[in-house]
Amino acid sequence: MDEAQGKATAGLILQGLRKRFGELEVLKGVSLEVHRGEFFTLLGPSGCGKTTLLRLIGGFEVPDEGRILLGGRDLTGLPAHLRPVNTVFQNYALFPHLTVYENVAFGLRSRRFPEAEVRAKVEYALGLLHLESLVHRYPHQLSGGQKQRVALARALVNEPEVLLLDEPLSALDAKLRAEVQVELRNLQRRLQATFILVTHDQEEAMAVSDRIGVMEAGRLLQVGTPEEVYERPRTRFVAEFLGVANLIPARRVGEGVETPFGFFPLQVPWEEGTLALRPERVELHKEPVPETFRARVREVVYRGAYLEVFLDPPLRARTALRVVPGEEVHVRLSLGGLVVLHE
Amino acid sequence: MSKVVVWYGELTTKGSLVRRGLALVMPGLLWLLAFLVLPGLLLIPLSFAERGAFGEVVWTFSLENYRRLLGFGVLGFSLDNLLALLRTLSVAFWTTLLCALLAYPLAFFIRAQPPRRRYLFLALVIIPFWTNLVIRTYAWQLLLAPEMPFARLAAALGLVEPGMALYPSAFAVYVGMVTAFLPFMVLPLYSSVERMDLSLVEAVQDLYGGPVRAFLHGVLPQTLPGLTVGVILTFVPAMGMFVVPDLLGGAKYLLVGNLIQQAFYTMRDWPYGAALSLVLILLTLLALRVYRRYGKEVDLA
Repeated sequence: MDEAQGKATAGLILQGLRKRFGELEVLKGVSLEVHRGEFFTLLGPSGCGKTTLLRLIGGFEVPDEGRILLGGRDLTGLPAHLRPVNTVFQNYALFPHLTVYENVAFGLRSRRFPEAEVRAKVEYALGLLHLESLVHRYPHQLSGGQKQRVALARALVNEPEVLLLDEPLSALDAKLRAEVQVELRNLQRRLQATFILVTHDQEEAMAVSDRIGVMEAGRLLQVGTPEEVYERPRTRFVAEFLGVANLIPARRVGEGVETPFGFFPLQVPWEEGTLALRPERVELHKEPVPETFRARVREVVYRGAYLEVFLDPPLRARTALRVVPGEEVHVRLSLGGLVVLHE
Repeated sequence: MSKVVVWYGELTTKGSLVRRGLALVMPGLLWLLAFLVLPGLLLIPLSFAERGAFGEVVWTFSLENYRRLLGFGVLGFSLDNLLALLRTLSVAFWTTLLCALLAYPLAFFIRAQPPRRRYLFLALVIIPFWTNLVIRTYAWQLLLAPEMPFARLAAALGLVEPGMALYPSAFAVYVGMVTAFLPFMVLPLYSSVERMDLSLVEAVQDLYGGPVRAFLHGVLPQTLPGLTVGVILTFVPAMGMFVVPDLLGGAKYLLVGNLIQQAFYTMRDWPYGAALSLVLILLTLLALRVYRRYGKEVDLA
């Protein structure tokens, strides 16, 4: 592959981005590569810097240090209106004085596309998001879900190299959100566009993303597929942020680790540390089977599809087994589910 | 039997609410009726009356005042009055526009300050009101005098002859008018700018819009309510202004306000003054009507 071609297929590259607002260092050196055509999610609690990172890519903030490259081109000093990037804002930021059609046509008209081309592109985008019947409405006449789709159409009609989505689903109710997640995922596949989504909802992140970057306190902690970050979290924060995790203290002994629940043949980089285990990897049995230990059921929460079981010694499990508080069960920790945490 | 309604947790009847509301607005309504509406209506018959030999009002019906107003005086036709009307419109228009152009950056500047310092700047905007307009205008006479820095700078740049004052002149009138009215534009505009959602401006920038589109679609629709109040508060009094052109404009820069003042005070010709006042009121209402029609195109939110 020659260099020009390499540049053309390169995605978005962030190099050592730092940003400080007064006393507060919001980004402490973030480097990341997002591939072309990828659905990438920045996941983290509020205040972790994920929105600031998105705003740096969109051109609404300037980094104190670091560079932003897109397709080999340096965007770092470029103002927002010159970047081939579009944003779906958290509050949608639709123009209240313009109709749905005019809102969607806005970016094309800014770039002085001929009106016939504007019409064709806008109609295509409106069709893509099932908005044909709403063209003449004003934003205040739309429901939350409709506004969200107009905001999406308004950004996508420009065929951006990267689409930035700033918690676009947070204002929708749970059922609608699940539908829109699927719709968003399908749209991204169909257009083969690069999407970068910011969210604090780990289920949403896992539902839509090719890869997830987990952020905390201005740092990118781990980047990987949803399966990787969920099943193989590298740190305690990632393990706990992506769902419930049992954290088990362990000490290196010979060729494995010693834990309160027995010996496991695991390679660890430390003398003393922590293992993580997802509750669905805690197997419960009514009858004794090999490699089990006994535990008492402290509390049971009915979750519909499964039971959430709180055990003594303190472990959380998810099971289809019908157990009741006070009952003795036999517990086995699956070796494949145990994750060695690095922090 | 009136129906019982709940009003802010109080059990009452519709009739009693209406009575209470009327009692509350009555004093204000009566005040306006007695001191604004009735004298205003009185201008209409007065404008068709005539001045007597000693300055008294002679109640006849004559169109003489309006003929005079249009320039058909005892000495033949003159354009002076019509020019003064046009000049008034133009001064009020440009004063309002200049105030708006200056008020936008100022309002955004104040918004950008930390909350406590905003009140400081708002106070600085209001403080000139603590002094009478006449005194403030005399202060400009001092500042624009020949030996003061402004005049020296203008002379050094070759704009005026050395040793000349910068007043009386059209420039001085605008300086005086804009300083007099800027607070009336800044305060209402700031109330809109303060509540503005900046993400709409970012949306314009995100959608490839430059500064002009950012203002037209991101800023203007959101600040139009404040701008409209500011335009009315500036334009209407600017149309009737006579102190500033009197002190800074000299005899050659008369506005309708000066003509009215002369008619009532110097000439003691109240009927003629009434006719001029009515024409000024009509012209002002007409101009605001034009603004409303033009403004409606933007004001769809």
